[in-house]
Amino acid sequence: MTMSKKSKLLCLLWLLSLLSTTTFEMGCQRGQAGVTVAGSTSVEPFAGLLAEEYMLHHPKSHIYVQGGGSTAGIEAVRSHAAHIGMSSRSLMAEEKNLYAVTIAKDAIAIIVHPENPITDLSLPQIRQVFAGKIRNWNDIGGHLRPIVLVTREEGSGTREAFQKMVMEKEEINLEALVQDSNGAIRQVVGSDPNAIGYISLGLVNETVKALKISGVEPNLKNIFYGHYRLVRPFLFVFNGKPEGEANSFLEFVLSPEAQELLQKEGLVTIRP
Amino acid sequence: MILEIKEKIVEKILLLIAFSSISILALIAIFIFGEGLPLIWKLGPKAFILGGRWVPSQGSFGILPMIVGSFWVTLGALLLGIPLGLACAVFLNEWTPPLAATFLRPAIQLLAAIPSVIYGFWGLVVLVPLVRNYLGGPGLSILSGSLILGFMILPTIISISEDSLRALPPTYKAGGLALGATHWQTIWRVLVPAARSGIVASIILGMGRAIGETMAMIMILGNAVKMPTSFLDSARTLTTNIGIEMGYASGDHRQALFATGIVLFFIIMILNSLAIFLSRRRTG
Repeated sequence: MTMSKKSKLLCLLWLLSLLSTTTFEMGCQRGQAGVTVAGSTSVEPFAGLLAEEYMLHHPKSHIYVQGGGSTAGIEAVRSHAAHIGMSSRSLMAEEKNLYAVTIAKDAIAIIVHPENPITDLSLPQIRQVFAGKIRNWNDIGGHLRPIVLVTREEGSGTREAFQKMVMEKEEINLEALVQDSNGAIRQVVGSDPNAIGYISLGLVNETVKALKISGVEPNLKNIFYGHYRLVRPFLFVFNGKPEGEANSFLEFVLSPEAQELLQKEGLVTIRP
Repeated sequence: MILEIKEKIVEKILLLIAFSSISILALIAIFIFGEGLPLIWKLGPKAFILGGRWVPSQGSFGILPMIVGSFWVTLGALLLGIPLGLACAVFLNEWTPPLAATFLRPAIQLLAAIPSVIYGFWGLVVLVPLVRNYLGGPGLSILSGSLILGFMILPTIISISEDSLRALPPTYKAGGLALGATHWQTIWRVLVPAARSGIVASIILGMGRAIGETMAMIMILGNAVKMPTSFLDSARTLTTNIGIEMGYASGDHRQALFATGIVLFFIIMILNSLAIFLSRRRTG
């Protein structure tokens, strides 16, 4: 069947109408009551908890918490798709025009299988392990077994923080297994006696063992006094000054009550 | 006269509906190419496709390890899936008592209905520790991935192969038997070769499914970006590269993931056209 000019035009119109309805709907969603919080998967579980608590106090409010990653969250705030962005890394130079508030700090724990005899490594040792220069547990006082590295994917806030604080100029060995969440790393390390990885301290549980770093145990006291160094900020990012519901949620998050809740979950609060 | 107008209206409406679905496909393709091509031009297609280093934070975008990873995993899946699938199709067609077939066919269809994340989870919890404990390495490996993927492509291979075997004229089988060949000789020398194009098409479709599988592979392959050297090594496929990194990617990194999608697009297109070509030959 040949297509006349008329039907071509009709097709175009049909397509345009499809497009315009979708954009219209997206516009509607933005105007919906409630606050959308999106971004880092490291911050997400804590923000979710805070949102629940906040909605208990304010039954009429709705806080929607979504993951997606730090960069996606910041992007969402910039494009007004979300009211609050969650970031587990500091803002980059080109993101400085946004307004960021540190809501808590998170420590990164180096984790191994609970049966691994190693309990303590120095920062240079960890660096050499992850760079692939130390390849056997035997070289750092463990069993004669190859080390299995587990790392986060490129672009992850946790990986960026680990790279900056531990690896410095060294590159994480490309042979390392890559997992795309804290939970997945915990799952792999918890089931492989030869594995080593890094996750948020708040997510360490009995399936893995967090290592001391040069004798310093990763606990709240050591983090607060600055003895444990692998600490990064958790940010709420706003496009301009926070207003209305978003601002009242931020105020709640910074309140002593909410901060206490975060501390109970393993984060380090911004105030003593 | 009125009927004719009605006919025209219906025709135009159907045309519009058909075009809206195709245009969405076209929009997706345009979007992927628009996002990915600039990066490929910037790096040069050769550096992108044949580059062996993938470190987006340093601006290295070489996807050869992923292409090789996809290739190994798919090959492994086919090594498992083809013999099992073909044997199953022949058995269903030739020997299965009708009562058993009424149970077996839905069971095979069910294999296709299980979400890939379930396959992945099962592989991670059951298969990966087995491989790690008995064969060594991290367990998250091409071998584990291939095994799971082999099972995932079985329904595709079985159902299409079986259809093509069943579509053969009954005279083929009768002729083979009449010439004095045994049942097995008839199957192996007459029926399977006669249904060859359909079987090959089923294998190619299974291959497409294997190359496209993402979720289960993210969970089982370990996703290391190193060029794999053995079946016990971790690997990353083209799809898992997109799946695992899209959450945080921005700028060039994001474009590189779309560019990975373009390469995948071409591979799948080639496979699908091959399958269509081969299955046409069967009927023609």
